[in-house]
Amino acid sequence: MTSHLAQLNVGRMIAAKDDPRVAGFYGDLDRINAIADASPGFVWRLVDDSGADATSLRPFGPDVLVNLSVWESLDALREFAFRSPHLDVLRRRREWFEPFGDVYAVLWWVPAGHIPTTVEAGERLDLLRRAGATAGAFTFRDPFPAPVTAG
Amino acid sequence: MEVESLAVLGEPQRRAVYEHVAAAAAPVSRDDVAEALGIGRNLAAHHLDRLAEAGLLETSFAQRSGPRAGRPSKLYRRAPHELSVSLPPRGYRVLAEVFADAVEEAGAEPALYAAARKQGSRLAGEGGTEEVLRRLGYEPYADGDVWRLRNCPFDGVARTHPGVVCGANLALLEGALGPRVRIDPRPDGCCVVVDRD
Repeated sequence: MTSHLAQLNVGRMIAAKDDPRVAGFYGDLDRINAIADASPGFVWRLVDDSGADATSLRPFGPDVLVNLSVWESLDALREFAFRSPHLDVLRRRREWFEPFGDVYAVLWWVPAGHIPTTVEAGERLDLLRRAGATAGAFTFRDPFPAPVTAG
Repeated sequence: MEVESLAVLGEPQRRAVYEHVAAAAAPVSRDDVAEALGIGRNLAAHHLDRLAEAGLLETSFAQRSGPRAGRPSKLYRRAPHELSVSLPPRGYRVLAEVFADAVEEAGAEPALYAAARKQGSRLAGEGGTEEVLRRLGYEPYADGDVWRLRNCPFDGVARTHPGVVCGANLALLEGALGPRVRIDPRPDGCCVVVDRD
């Protein structure tokens, strides 16, 4: 069975959505999400009832934004995250997000077709925090290959 | 052994071959090199293959068109991995990763970018845009209205910490060249482009 890569990253905003200090982030969100959706290897991303993004969902705390998505491969996600206009958002994140300690993003393999829940994603983040990078929860810096399964 | 790989560059003509391949926008053939350097095709092939054996170049094959179609042509490009020799041993890369971790965890990106901007203005020195970029190791080439940068001087740590390193890199170039720089990532090379004068 083919594996896909799930990713979660979280961030605590410095201000509420209607605050001008974070207008630069929210104003660019639709463009960046459209680039993600059109990227080779993109499979799925979490959206709220608006259907556009997940900014109204707060599974990890009242001011913690969540970004949960699935990709065909680590390289596909890497190309989008670091080799597209998304890189500029990453560069500027301190203008909009508070520091979140050393563990704010996690990667893990899922069977193709599986849609991860925020509960599952939170468990993977906890696992990474507890055990460091393992096959069940890892990072770009210490990646693990997709599991090899028979058939 | 990295010293042995670098030693093949000791021969001046071979070093000129290496520099020609490294500066080329696309993989080059033996004929390209022979013509560019005004040397025989066999000599060019000898230098290219020595450089490839040493791991400084990598090779691929391209299907020819025209009268010699069918016989694939061997192409050469600079190998992507880094070679460095430091005597006595130095490990700045490890320290750079530690600094980058600390910057991310503490949220010190604004201080990092300010420091990079200052460093850029110190490093800029004399000369026009292209000269400054070349001196700083970016390997610029003109592409329409902008300079694109074939080389990322911070590639290793840019891969482990893309946000902060590309941010620091942009700030450094802003310090050196002014505000006409921006992030515009491509599959290869530096993530920054510079508007031409």
